[in-house]
Amino acid sequence: MSIPLSWYLVLAAALFSIGLYGVLSRRNAIGILMGIELMLNAVNINLVAFWRYIDPVKMTGQIFAIFVFTVAAAEVAVGLALVIAIYRNRDTVVVEEIDLLKE
Amino acid sequence: MADLINLIENWIENLLLGWGASQELTLFILQALGSVLVVLICFAIVIALIWVERKLAGRIQDRFGPNRAGPFGIFQSFADIIKIFTKEYITPEGAEKGFYNVAPVLAIASVLAIWAVFPFAVNVLGADIHVGVLYIVAVGSFGILAILMAGWSSNNRYSLLGASRSVAMLISYEIPMVVSMLVPVLLAHSMKLSDIISAQDPWWNLIMAPLAALVFLISSMAEIGKAPFDLLEAESELVAGYHTEYSGMKFGMFYVAEFLHQYTVGALITIFFLGGWSGPMAVQWPILGFIYFHIKTFVVYLVISWIRLSLPRIRIDEMLNLNWKFLIPVSFINLVAVAIADRVMLEFEVAQWIYVGIMFGLNMFILLVSLFLAGKASPVVERETFPANRPVAVPPGAESK
Amino acid sequence: MVPVLVFAAVSLVTLGGAIAVVTNKNVLHSAYYLVLAFVGIAAVYVLLEAPFIAVIQVLIYIGAIAILIIFAIMLTRRLMSKDMEQRNNQWIWSALGALALFGVLGWLVYNANWPVIEAAVPKEPITLMGEELLSTYVVPFEIASVLLLAALVGSILIGRERDQESRSAE
Repeated sequence: MSIPLSWYLVLAAALFSIGLYGVLSRRNAIGILMGIELMLNAVNINLVAFWRYIDPVKMTGQIFAIFVFTVAAAEVAVGLALVIAIYRNRDTVVVEEIDLLKE
Repeated sequence: MADLINLIENWIENLLLGWGASQELTLFILQALGSVLVVLICFAIVIALIWVERKLAGRIQDRFGPNRAGPFGIFQSFADIIKIFTKEYITPEGAEKGFYNVAPVLAIASVLAIWAVFPFAVNVLGADIHVGVLYIVAVGSFGILAILMAGWSSNNRYSLLGASRSVAMLISYEIPMVVSMLVPVLLAHSMKLSDIISAQDPWWNLIMAPLAALVFLISSMAEIGKAPFDLLEAESELVAGYHTEYSGMKFGMFYVAEFLHQYTVGALITIFFLGGWSGPMAVQWPILGFIYFHIKTFVVYLVISWIRLSLPRIRIDEMLNLNWKFLIPVSFINLVAVAIADRVMLEFEVAQWIYVGIMFGLNMFILLVSLFLAGKASPVVERETFPANRPVAVPPGAESK
Repeated sequence: MVPVLVFAAVSLVTLGGAIAVVTNKNVLHSAYYLVLAFVGIAAVYVLLEAPFIAVIQVLIYIGAIAILIIFAIMLTRRLMSKDMEQRNNQWIWSALGALALFGVLGWLVYNANWPVIEAAVPKEPITLMGEELLSTYVVPFEIASVLLLAALVGSILIGRERDQESRSAE
């Protein structure tokens, strides 16, 4: 174990912050979704790093990571379907222009 | 002589250790050498395969293949390579430079990376990872990304259309391919490729899971884009699909990737369903295992070429119907039935031949039932018939009887 | 020495790709850099001796999610249109906030006392994972499959084209 656990956790924290910046500052709805994916990946790195360094005997960490994958995939599917439906109605994907229920 | 590959490897290892290199560096250099060797063998095989394909296509279509460049046209592939090397790179205006150039490299890299996990003989393995089967599927998805990249960055409406259609087809056909790939994994109780080959000891998976083999063959032919699924390069419809705007060696990379993918699919069918490197005396003499592997792969390659040269192209809606309404339900039912049968027979500890017989019967039963249901579902078209002695070519003014 | 170099290279690729995702003007290019970040994260999983998770990451994220995102981008752009400004007018504050969060989190995890044990990875990880999924965690497993079914049906229903009658009625 030549790489200490805290390095992996700092990497995950950096990825999470970058994803957070992406969510808060992009105008394109799909760009925001990409930031959310980065945050979910950072969480997964944390889970697998904790599994490896703290309790590698049971596979709890990896199973948790698999569930996070599943939820992320489901969320991206539904989110992109919503974005496409909004694009068909409003002809834009810029979130600043989608701020009223009725135009 | 029997264990040629390991002999050479041990000689190089001793040489490097004698020069004072550490154990890790020796291992690294040996693995790098092995991967370079596999890549070179792949390219050499593709050169031979292009010639075989063109000769075979010629003979099936009742003509000679190439027969000018050398005796029987053997040097035709080399002539093609020289031509492709010396062609000019024409980059379309408005193409996104970086991604336009990366796409062919990614396409061929994704096919070459599959060769890393193949077992060529009993002790000649690349990487014997626990998740070999999933690795193959995962790396194949990089090729799909390369097609999207190529289609968009060419700045051409037809490229984009061709790329979208082909990606829609490729991701649809990934599902029955993966599900039918899981059936040998179930029968071998492991995802390692070497375990899958060892589990086919007396009986090949072709006997124990023929329906999975058939579904895997059909969906792999859709994955590599060979007819009857060759929408990817429907010459009469889309100019050349996603590689319209590529010329010179970039197009050569797509071309080589296509042939190599066909050979790789042949290798996958060999490993999963035809017993890999197994054969008479393959365990004692590993070099024979290597030869058996390539012979079986070549036979499957010829079968795929044969199907390609005999069938017309099917429409995209018929193709998607085939996938979602026939192949996916059949492969899922096959997987569940094989899983249940395997578990039940393991509980009762049945003999080997009863196991094989029941598996074979189950597969045939599911195949026949699904073909029967598919026949019921599609309506029969009433054909208009003409009387037998209708005059075919009547000169003007003559009477018709 | 070598693991440290490999970790540095992999984290450079991952973080570089992530920064390119959130700062690129062209949203399609950000999608390509997102794929690069995913590849870097898969390499991190291989370093952590979890090859199954690495392969699943490539399969699900790159093989399905990234392709879905690229398709959605291609369907929601007017073909070959001009790009516009990608950052909204509060990007300075969000950058400061993200930096502050990273500072707090990074300092916390770096100085915490983690109960690290020096055990080896089990010999048959996938068999163990299969057994645990179907015995200890069977309820979340079944709920996850229901969730996937709901997402499948929901996204098809939301994203499907309205036929002519309902479109003229709106």
